[in-house]
Amino acid sequence: MSDVRLMWRKSLNVVMLTLTGVAALAVVSVLVMILGYLIWNGGKSLNWDFFTKLPKPVGEDGGGMANAIVGSLKLLLLAAVMGLPIGLMAGVYLAEFSGKTFAFIIRYTTDLLNGVPSIVIGIFAYSLIVLPVKHFSAFAGGVALAAMVIPITVRATEEFLRSVPVSLREGAMALGASKWRTIATVVLPAASAGVITGMLLALARVAGETAPLLFTAFSNRYWSPGWQQPIASLPVMIYTYAIAPYDDWHRQAWAAGLVLLGLVLVANLGCRLVLNRRGTYRSV
Amino acid sequence: MASAAQGKELTARLAPKVRASESSSTVAGKEETLRFEILGLDFFYGPKQAVFGLSLKIPKNKVTALIGPSGCGKSTFLRTLNRMNETLRHTRVVGQVLLDGQDILQMDVVKLRRRVGMVFQRPNPFPKSIYDNVAYGLRINGYKGKLDDLVEHSLRRAALWEEVKDYLQKSAFALSGGQQQRLCIARALAVDPEVLLLDEPCSALDPVTTAKIEELMFHLKDSCTMAIVTHNMQQAARAIDYTAFMLDWKLIEHNETSKLFTTPHDARTEAYITGRFG
Repeated sequence: MSDVRLMWRKSLNVVMLTLTGVAALAVVSVLVMILGYLIWNGGKSLNWDFFTKLPKPVGEDGGGMANAIVGSLKLLLLAAVMGLPIGLMAGVYLAEFSGKTFAFIIRYTTDLLNGVPSIVIGIFAYSLIVLPVKHFSAFAGGVALAAMVIPITVRATEEFLRSVPVSLREGAMALGASKWRTIATVVLPAASAGVITGMLLALARVAGETAPLLFTAFSNRYWSPGWQQPIASLPVMIYTYAIAPYDDWHRQAWAAGLVLLGLVLVANLGCRLVLNRRGTYRSV
Repeated sequence: MASAAQGKELTARLAPKVRASESSSTVAGKEETLRFEILGLDFFYGPKQAVFGLSLKIPKNKVTALIGPSGCGKSTFLRTLNRMNETLRHTRVVGQVLLDGQDILQMDVVKLRRRVGMVFQRPNPFPKSIYDNVAYGLRINGYKGKLDDLVEHSLRRAALWEEVKDYLQKSAFALSGGQQQRLCIARALAVDPEVLLLDEPCSALDPVTTAKIEELMFHLKDSCTMAIVTHNMQQAARAIDYTAFMLDWKLIEHNETSKLFTTPHDARTEAYITGRFG
């Protein structure tokens, strides 16, 4: 009797271990496949021209996407400048100052905003900014992206501020620090690693967004000086080039995908390096 | 030059001080100068009362211990002395707490907390360097003078200087638990408080480290009044001048430590110190 039960337990153990293992493997292999395909196809098409030259006219091979690389960086800069401070401050308010009811309302609204389809955010920015001035602009694209950065930043900030132990706040307040001083000099620095990571994830997330840019930043086959003109971006270029009927454009779309991924990865790694050197908070 | 004036004030405060408002009184049959005088203190967390009609005198440059079973209101009471309970919502204090004859409820809370420092149950160093931890209180109080000397002085008073003098820029987290707790004491001492509140400061520490902190308390008595919550009976008996026994959110008995432990007046005190409950 007990032998049978033991056998049963052991075989169940093996089955469950296999099932979970296979699922984990599936997750990893999907990523590896995407990466491999991207590197294989993109790598073949990547050359120095891609980073330095403007797109060639239709029908001519060669050229690059220098304007789209710079454009994506400019759009991200706009999104960061507009979205991160608002998200950070709202997160601080949510974690440190708001009462129960108000916190519930903010948190719920933020989650809703986070769940709004990016194309809808695009329409919103379109009707708010593009329609009144009657032209597409980098600024409109930046606003659309910022609207997506904000909810992610708010929740990341809140979560990591809340994880800072009460004892640290008490330590600062017992020395006569005001609440605001405590947050600025002890709580935020203690949570900085998490908060910055959250911000970076938010930016990485919107770096690849196409839908909100389609009818806000639009696109541009030339350089786009300033912030008031349509501007090229890597995701929109990928979209345009991938559905075009030219082999050379498909090639460039792969290259653009690889560069986009590279941008996100480099930003991520760079930030992690800085944070590691500074030393992160760990509880005693 | 407001900053220079503040600097002078802080340095002056390092010298022994005599205050006009100091009053002497009888504490457990002995004549003492009072630092704190608590009169009929009630404390409420929302509708729940956590301290009932507590009156206690805390004499200057002495160590007063609060003992009693867990949850009897010792920590709550200690935290009313620097108004730390105000950081929680829906708390209410009734009665008087006099610091050198002044009602602390009427005082500016920042000034109060600079005069009444606190050390917590678990070491809670900030995620900063050792130096910045000690300098924190000085900086937020607007002290702009030379910090190095005051940092060294505070670390020496907390008996930590020799161990950390070559690592001042290292993270405070690199220290051991006992060193961290002494760092927290140094941090509290840096703003030169008149009173130090210690909320079970040794409960997370091993016996050797505990002994170091007791030794430290003994030396600090010259310059600082201390009130300590403790579960450690031996500690209470060894390093402490006066002991107050609390039970069910009330003060039961307060006496010189030696008398309280050898000839308690109240049956409940005797039951507690002989280990029959708690």
